[in-house]
Amino acid sequence: MSKTPEKQPGDPNTTGHSWDGIEEFDNPMPRWWLWTFYATIVWGVIYTIMYPAWPLVQSATAGVLGWSSRELVQQDMVAFEEANAPWNAKLVETPLEDISKDAELQQYAVNAGGAVFRTWCAQCHGSGAQGAPGFPNLLDDAWLWGGTLEDIEYSVAYGIRNEESDDARYSEMPAFGEILEHDEITQVVQYVMSLSNAQTDDAAAQAGKVVFEDNCSVCHGEDGTGDVFQGAPNLTDAIWLYGGSEEALIETVTNSRFGVMPSWENRLTPAQVRAVSAYVHQLGGGQ
Amino acid sequence: MAILDKHKILETNATLLLIFSFLVVTIGGLVQITPLFYLENTIEKVEGMRPYTPLELAGKDIYIREGCYVCHSQMIRPMRDEVERYGHYSLAAESMYDHPFQWGSKRTGPDLARVGGRYSDQWQMDHLRDPQSVVPESVMPKYGFLEHRKLDGKYIGDLMAANAMVGTPYTDEMLENAVADFRAQADPDSDYDGLLERYGDKVNVRNFDGQSDLTEADALIAYLQMLGTLVDFSTFTPDASR
Repeated sequence: MSKTPEKQPGDPNTTGHSWDGIEEFDNPMPRWWLWTFYATIVWGVIYTIMYPAWPLVQSATAGVLGWSSRELVQQDMVAFEEANAPWNAKLVETPLEDISKDAELQQYAVNAGGAVFRTWCAQCHGSGAQGAPGFPNLLDDAWLWGGTLEDIEYSVAYGIRNEESDDARYSEMPAFGEILEHDEITQVVQYVMSLSNAQTDDAAAQAGKVVFEDNCSVCHGEDGTGDVFQGAPNLTDAIWLYGGSEEALIETVTNSRFGVMPSWENRLTPAQVRAVSAYVHQLGGGQ
Repeated sequence: MAILDKHKILETNATLLLIFSFLVVTIGGLVQITPLFYLENTIEKVEGMRPYTPLELAGKDIYIREGCYVCHSQMIRPMRDEVERYGHYSLAAESMYDHPFQWGSKRTGPDLARVGGRYSDQWQMDHLRDPQSVVPESVMPKYGFLEHRKLDGKYIGDLMAANAMVGTPYTDEMLENAVADFRAQADPDSDYDGLLERYGDKVNVRNFDGQSDLTEADALIAYLQMLGTLVDFSTFTPDASR
């Protein structure tokens, strides 16, 4: 058995606790620890005076510093807005077609527009603007509603077939399943496929040509090159929004498909709309 | 000191220690929580807030059931980067009819507090079916099964009554017409005047999932398309000193 060491003279007092003969020295807390502890208490009191803290009857104390998270974000927003204000003003004032003539302004528009695009547009059109099935690719030369800066700006500002904006672009292809016989649909699909030189059944395509002229040419044009005023796609370019296979085309003709794009005039500032239009326009397909 | 000597009573009696510890925690909790119930600036008054329509409420339940909140928060914090990305910072009042609220700080996916109207219904459906088809970088699982699960709204009145019990101001008229409103919102060919009369003109009435049956996808998309759209920040400016 170990022996409890005897208490030496000069040892600190014990706490008075004793358990099986084991006693505990009553050493003071280390100074640095004690003072740190007091400092945190003082800091706590100062903090509640400086910042919003104590709940009173109507509201909480506002704090001497007048700190407010809402005001901070407001200041932050305003600071950036003011820094960009001259550029944004210039962007809105400059006629659309002249933006690209001013190299500095074009650079600003494309960079600002790129940020807008990646925040608001990329989810549908892809982070590289490559599109997805049902959501147009913005890099190529095919434009449903026109690819001039003016067309793009209109599409961005008011959107397409949405309920938010009365100025939204609008057109709807009828569901031809209710109008045509199934045979006629397969024939017209053969004809449409032949327009872009896909492999087709020539006899069916010939029959489909008549169906096309009677039903489709009003919007898609006699030659099938489409009409940007109605958002009717060009059927001769082998670019397909919903797929160009026979199966996909039969589905499209039978049930009709068309996309919806939100209106951005209320979510984005006019300068942002212009910037993102300029960005999309210079991606490659702009007219 | 005398009080310190009395403290020894607590230190040597486990039951008393437990009781007094509980009392201390209770006082701490009350000090933090009670003021939120009476301070006038906890929930500021805003224009435009309304209770969820029956279909949106069902969608909200599906949102919770599927654990969407595990990856998506619904609280835009007052910081510039968040406001630039998601829109105006969230107000407490915008969650006033949420039982339970859907705030949070865990964001594997983006915040959804203002996702309403940001994408088309078709996009929402494509994205639920196969998120990677529209956002290749996404890690979200597929929820295509929602469009196959039909809803009849049988219990929607009970759900609304339960929400009314915890403070959502559903009127008797809303509760009586729960099933009719539930069906009308996903069917633009129906007579939905009553729905708009009860919940406001801004209610989206559309065939959200693009197929004839009323499904869970309809309800969820109806809910998502409404999120964050009720308060019109072009006419309402929140008080900055909060």
